[in-house]
Amino acid sequence: MNAPKKTRRGFRRRRREADVSAVLYDIPGPRARLRYRMIGAVAALAIAGLAYYAFYRLWESGQFDAIKWQQFTYESIQIQLLNGLLATLKAAGIAVVLALVFGAVFATGRLSDHVLFRAPAGFVVELFRAIPLLILMFFAYYGTKDTGLQVSPLVAVVFGLTLYNGSVLAEIFRAGILAVPKGQSEAAYALGLRKAQVMTLILMPQAVRSMLPSIISQMVVLLKDTALGFIITYEELLYVGKQMGGRLVFGFPYVSTYLVIAVIYIGMCAFLSWFARWLERWMRERGRKTGIPVARADEIRDPAMAQGPPV
Amino acid sequence: MDELATIWNTLVNNGDLFRAGFLNTLYLFLIAGVGSLTWGTVLAAMRVSPVPALRGFGAAYVNTIRNTPLTLVFAFLVFAAPNIEIVLPGTFGRSGYFTSAYIALIIYTSAFVCEVVRSGVNTVSAGQSEAARAIGMTFGQVLGLIVLPQAFRSIMPPLTSVMIAMLKNTTIAAGFSVLEAGAIRANMSERGESQIYTLLWITIGFLVLIVPLVAAQRVLERQWRVTR
Repeated sequence: MNAPKKTRRGFRRRRREADVSAVLYDIPGPRARLRYRMIGAVAALAIAGLAYYAFYRLWESGQFDAIKWQQFTYESIQIQLLNGLLATLKAAGIAVVLALVFGAVFATGRLSDHVLFRAPAGFVVELFRAIPLLILMFFAYYGTKDTGLQVSPLVAVVFGLTLYNGSVLAEIFRAGILAVPKGQSEAAYALGLRKAQVMTLILMPQAVRSMLPSIISQMVVLLKDTALGFIITYEELLYVGKQMGGRLVFGFPYVSTYLVIAVIYIGMCAFLSWFARWLERWMRERGRKTGIPVARADEIRDPAMAQGPPV
Repeated sequence: MDELATIWNTLVNNGDLFRAGFLNTLYLFLIAGVGSLTWGTVLAAMRVSPVPALRGFGAAYVNTIRNTPLTLVFAFLVFAAPNIEIVLPGTFGRSGYFTSAYIALIIYTSAFVCEVVRSGVNTVSAGQSEAARAIGMTFGQVLGLIVLPQAFRSIMPPLTSVMIAMLKNTTIAAGFSVLEAGAIRANMSERGESQIYTLLWITIGFLVLIVPLVAAQRVLERQWRVTR
């Protein structure tokens, strides 16, 4: 009973992976198979060579020596690393909440019937998506120095992340609201709801739901961008990494430290990305009942993606 | 009025710094643009190829790099690479930091280029490559002569977005000893100039660079729309 089910799922997965490229080449015959196998062997050899070269470089320069990894056994340094991770998560967590609020407010603003709201909201959203995030953080951190009210690096990081990601989220929300079938708002108006009620009770919840995969993908971007805090001396993961790597007593263990930090970042982001894709698939399967299109998780969103769907 | 004069003077009294900074930003953008488009397309070709080893390599590369912060890539190249005796030489008449900066940008951006190109391959209708195969073209010919030229047309808008994001990402080099637009601020600070006005001019500079790109993207999107 179990076996045929498994095969069928395997078949479906293979087809899904293949539909990108299946039409680009024929099902190989004996000669093509041999050719592919030869190319494959050469490619595998080249990749193995590359991996060996990287390993050799690391080994030869003593990156696998105990001293380079010794500091990870000290509790105080583990705590330091953990504090860096917590600082990263703290900045990301605050910024996510604020960016969601910012996005909801400005998406509503851009969809307002009054040009007095619509135009400024549109301007703000377009502007903050065009300014480099680091420059936004500089504005908050160094720009306030002139006025004498110096803000902390955390505030500057959160400020930048909120404005940029909030603007991107505003566009995601807007796309989601526009995708809700018209009958929903018409029915709500027919029941006597006001504009604000239609937006908050009817449109926004459905938009958020259908755009959830995109929203989570944007959170991956936000999480990654907390690393910019390093440049304005926010003591997050990367900043701690620089301190740890710069310790002479352990022979400047930059490589080992950055490898550990990369694993942490990749782990967190890969989990979130996987969750976004899983959610997209799950909602797509369920969504047949509601008929509201589900956003794609891996869409590339950046300035100027407002008009028109990608690809 | 005085205030306006101060803002204006912030720019004209330090024209040399702004010119040098934005020139380096443009250089970084152009070099990393060409590099990441090339490497990203090669990666995309790997990901759709009939050779499993290449497909696996492409997928592993993209999934690793996409989940790594660009700042970490920079930090690795600048701080960790010298420890494994990889010291990048200066190129284009600039320092080794400049080389590190564009290599970091290429490594990072090409993962996103790859995904855009790969999604573009999907938009080309199956009949095109089937016809190409029917007249005996090999995989390389199908991809290079038939599919990619048509794919690039439909992916111009998202590809421009990736390039705009990359242009903005060049500012990260400011944290790694490259004098580009993002680093103007620190140099202006040494000269005792107003920080906020400096940042205002840097912002204007970026808007001047980005707005034409966005406009071009919108035009391309309308004119190059492919009806399939």
